[in-house]
Amino acid sequence: MSVLVYAESSDGKFKKIAFEATSYGKKVAEIAQTNMVVLTINADDASELKNYGAEKILTVNNDRLNTFNAKAYADVIKQAVEKEGADIVVIDSSSNGLYLAPLVAGSLNAGYASNVLDVPESVSPFVVKRKAFSSKANNHSELTTNIKILGLAKNSFGLVESAGAGAEENFEPSLEDADFRITSKSIDKATGKVTIADADIIVSGGRGLKGPENWHLIEDLGEVLGAATACSKPVADMGWRPHSEHVGQTGKPVTSNLYIAVGISGAIQHLAGVNAAKCKVVINTDPEAPFFKAADYGIVGDAFEVVPKLIDKLKEFKQNQ
Amino acid sequence: MKILVCISHVPDTTSKINFKDNDTKFDSNGVQFVINPHDEFVLTRAMWFKEKQGATVTVVNVGNVSTEPTLRKALAIGADDAIRVNAEPEDGFFVAKQLAEVAKNGNYDLIMAGKESIDYNGGMVPGLTASILDYNFVNACIGIEVEGNKATVTREIDGGKEVLETELPMVFGGQKGLVEDKDLRIPNMRGIMMARKKPLNVIEPVAFENTSKSIRFDKPVVNTTCKLIDPENVGELVDLLHNEAKVI
Ligand SMILES: Cc1cc2nc3c(=O)[nH]c(=O)nc-3n(C[C@H](O)[C@H](O)[C@H](O)COP(=O)(O)OP(=O)(O)OC[C@H]3O[C@@H](n4cnc5c(N)ncnc54)[C@H](O)[C@@H]3O)c2cc1C
Ligand SMILES: Nc1ncnc2c1ncn2[C@@H]1O[C@H](COP(=O)(O)O)[C@@H](O)[C@H]1O
Repeated sequence: MSVLVYAESSDGKFKKIAFEATSYGKKVAEIAQTNMVVLTINADDASELKNYGAEKILTVNNDRLNTFNAKAYADVIKQAVEKEGADIVVIDSSSNGLYLAPLVAGSLNAGYASNVLDVPESVSPFVVKRKAFSSKANNHSELTTNIKILGLAKNSFGLVESAGAGAEENFEPSLEDADFRITSKSIDKATGKVTIADADIIVSGGRGLKGPENWHLIEDLGEVLGAATACSKPVADMGWRPHSEHVGQTGKPVTSNLYIAVGISGAIQHLAGVNAAKCKVVINTDPEAPFFKAADYGIVGDAFEVVPKLIDKLKEFKQNQ
Repeated sequence: MKILVCISHVPDTTSKINFKDNDTKFDSNGVQFVINPHDEFVLTRAMWFKEKQGATVTVVNVGNVSTEPTLRKALAIGADDAIRVNAEPEDGFFVAKQLAEVAKNGNYDLIMAGKESIDYNGGMVPGLTASILDYNFVNACIGIEVEGNKATVTREIDGGKEVLETELPMVFGGQKGLVEDKDLRIPNMRGIMMARKKPLNVIEPVAFENTSKSIRFDKPVVNTTCKLIDPENVGELVDLLHNEAKVI
């Protein structure tokens, strides 16, 4: 019995979610009174995982795995689970994690809970809390299979540092041609920009900003905060901003620590996508805007006056840090 | 090309979510049900395959009789026929097992699903279905072209997109962006009339041992007190975000 965590890397580097998954796995192993094994695929320096409690690290290094391939990666995870006799598997909720987790579950005939928000509330029966109805509710469900796959929702556990031995062991899975029936032709990534999926802070603008020519307000505020920028649906529909920035029930879900909504009314479909943000701030001229009911902090005021002032204050604050 | 479009029947996006029987069941009282938004995009893309490349489109749902209006709506939008697997699904694995069975028996070339239903937010069904069938699978897709048995698919990745190539048969998890919002179809009168005559076959599920079960629901603790800050004193917001909320 053990917990196996898949620590995702991209171009050899771990993302924050890899450390979050490891921190989480460590806690789950404690609760289940067992040990944790962390699996890495083509990571440059697996030793970083030691800081989040990794005792044992399985390192896979294989040129065929240089480009992410869901089927092949799922196969590697499956083989690692079998080798370690793991019965709890932790996978993050990056776009790659969400892609491969059901393939791992299917190949192991294992129960799979996605969007898990917390450590198991009990181990036997094995019950976890998951997000449901676009964060309007939580569902507590029991996994009844021997092997359990947990898809950890982003930013739901956070990073917990603890020292682990970090003993590395090389692992050579056997890959088959059938794992590579899908080939990647091109990858197109906006570089140097924080994405909505990864961001700790998001600054988002709505129709209240009147037009795309005013977006420098959102961008400047985002820049002082090191934040990703986002928008409401009508803003994307009108072509003020790209669709990849639209958040909400039919857009991207937000899991950041801080979400600042400027000139957004707070329609139920918008809120459904931002409920999971830890702290919400609204800036709106209308005190009756529904967003005020969902926010932690609010300013009733004109974005064109409030945002420049806020940028100045934040710059001051950053300088004094 | 034979296409199977998997349709999930979900509460409308404006629905208030409530539970009954000691919070163990979703309370559908007064709730309007719709085609899952991602599935609407997928269905529209399937209709283009029908119109431009002569594909046939079957829609399928695993659910009880209450989902039939949703399937009829898909027929009114233009699907050729519908299948309902008569069951009250316990989890995504059960649904995937049933869909895999339908896909195999009907020899479909392309199984199109949404990447996630907005009710249980599983994101499980398409990948599990592919895994059970051992078909190729691409998730979170915003584009697909098929020529012969070769498919070129664009999927969304964190911060960008990736173009992939693979072969049919395949399972496809599609999402918003696959077609534009303005291309989504609303059934017209003629479509609704025609849908009444189209076949909606009800079949019984195959046996499957559940891998999970829902125990209960609750609601996240909502914050009802928004602290208001004077617009003349935005420095206070910076202070609160730093010292109280500890998010900057
Ligand atoms: C099926 C369906 C799915 C949907 N999915 C989504 C979704 O995923 N995401 C989403 O965002 N929406 C979604 N919507 C749309 C949603 O219902 C709202 O229409 C939308 O969120 C409103 O966007 P908004 O707040 O930018 O615009 P508005 O509702 O027009 O609000 C603009 C706000 O700006 C304020 N304002 C005006 N001037 C200023 C100023 N100078 N300074 C500060 N504030 C100002 C106004 O008081 C107002 O509150 C969906 C709708 C449907 C039917
Ligand atoms: N009961 C169901 N019947 C048919 N298709 C379904 C059902 N549930 C989910 N799906 C399909 O699987 C996708 C993802 O659903 P889920 O895994 O539940 O988030 C949906 O967008 C549908 O295309």
